[in-house]
Amino acid sequence: MKKLVLATAALALCAGMASADTVRMGTEGAYPPWNFINDSGQVDGFERALGDELCKRAELTCEWVTNEWDSIIPNLVSGNYDVIIAGMSITDERDEVIDFTQNYTPPDPSAYLSLSADLDVEGAVIAAQTNTIQAAFVAEKGWTLVEFATPEETIAAVRNGEADAVLADKSYLAPVADEEADLVLLEREEEIGGGVGMGVRESDGELKAKFDAAIQSMKDDGSLNTLISKWEVSSTF
Amino acid sequence: MFEFCTDHETLPRLQWLACYLTTGKHMGFYASFGTVLLLLAITAPAALLFGFGGASAARSRLLPLNWLGKAYIAVVRGVPDIAFFLFFVIALDQAFEWVRHQVKCPDWDQPIRQGNDFVVCAAAKLPLGTAPQWVHETYGFFVAVLTFAIVFGAFAANVLFGAMRAVPHAQIETAEAYGMSHRQTFWRVLVPQMWVYALPGLSNLWMVLIKATPLLFLLGVEDIVYWARELGGTANPRFTDYPHGDWRMWYFLALLVFYLGFTRISELVLDRIMRRLSHGQATAGGEAQRRAKGAA
Repeated sequence: MKKLVLATAALALCAGMASADTVRMGTEGAYPPWNFINDSGQVDGFERALGDELCKRAELTCEWVTNEWDSIIPNLVSGNYDVIIAGMSITDERDEVIDFTQNYTPPDPSAYLSLSADLDVEGAVIAAQTNTIQAAFVAEKGWTLVEFATPEETIAAVRNGEADAVLADKSYLAPVADEEADLVLLEREEEIGGGVGMGVRESDGELKAKFDAAIQSMKDDGSLNTLISKWEVSSTF
Repeated sequence: MFEFCTDHETLPRLQWLACYLTTGKHMGFYASFGTVLLLLAITAPAALLFGFGGASAARSRLLPLNWLGKAYIAVVRGVPDIAFFLFFVIALDQAFEWVRHQVKCPDWDQPIRQGNDFVVCAAAKLPLGTAPQWVHETYGFFVAVLTFAIVFGAFAANVLFGAMRAVPHAQIETAEAYGMSHRQTFWRVLVPQMWVYALPGLSNLWMVLIKATPLLFLLGVEDIVYWARELGGTANPRFTDYPHGDWRMWYFLALLVFYLGFTRISELVLDRIMRRLSHGQATAGGEAQRRAKGAA
């Protein structure tokens, strides 16, 4: 115990010598093309590229951290990292707990991925990731919802017949549908979500303002649209 | 890793596998085995220490200490692990920060709790927001060790408490008749003899602890189960040089082999310790050893 206290104290001392103005960016790392872990074990994807550019424009040093989706908001609020940049849609419910910057992708419809193209989603079993706008949507409709902790598991559930279809962002499902012949996107899409923004603590107004300005400058010079098209995450502004 | 890995699309199967298994991502997977082993190596003695303290306290004649020991054993054993890991760790972390906040920023005028936010001054953050990632990871790791030690310490305390009572009372009385003080009886007679009674219970705890390590991910430490899920998931060719289908089964099979092998080795080691501890003890095991020696 004493050693532990000493070790923590030593750590705290070392930490004091590091450079100032570091912003810790929290992401999920399991939602390609938005964010994922690449072959070399680093965070990669649209949000990595976007986040690095935003930090450059806001003159911040950024550090990337991954956190499970389920506890991504509690860990922001308790200060384990400073920003959530994880394909998180701006909703009123989340806005009560944290603050959002302006959106960096426009509101886009969500899509269904299923084994058969003529599935009637009403009355079917729908898989969605826990704590997402899609899960809330299915629950509100009163359809049968099966929730999973990671996006990967929702697709596995459709593949093995546990669910009839998965409801998620189209940009996440499209590459999967391209790759696997027996999985198809349904024609029906749902207009949910208010665009994706970065989440910050409500007490962190200064940081929010910095990122708001950086996002605006990327919107103005068109570089945000270029990035969106490159990673095919959504429609452009 | 290997030079031939650069043109990964045309590789023969065996070389493809060699390249695939040596990506940076896989290195993270292999390193996490070390994390788990290190966690076990530090947690086990720490938990034993907590257990010993708890058991001694619960036996104490000093009433407050006695209550403290008994309350520790009862409360921690009663709370579900997952609740303990989610609630206690955040509370512990915030308690550290609150103390640092009081010391380092006495003239801070804003409230610490602002709605959902827990806001302390930047200098009180633990680790500091500016610290590099490895410091955060090490800190998280030690918080995990501490939490594991407290939880498993409570179970160990109960086992040791029982073991201390299992030592034949005549031994203690004899020691006292020889004029040993309480302290001397405790350290010279009770403690050396109790281990043989404690070991079966402690070995159970050790086995449970080995399997409890996936709880690490709740604390943000990337453990072997996290990596197995991450690496085994379908890899789309758009996002990786080494696409494959859902291989989670194979990764979890590897984990199965690891855990089974590890528990088997533990069993062998624990058996040896048991044999050694039984030597000369007034137990069935000790008696059997005496007979075997007499026959030889």
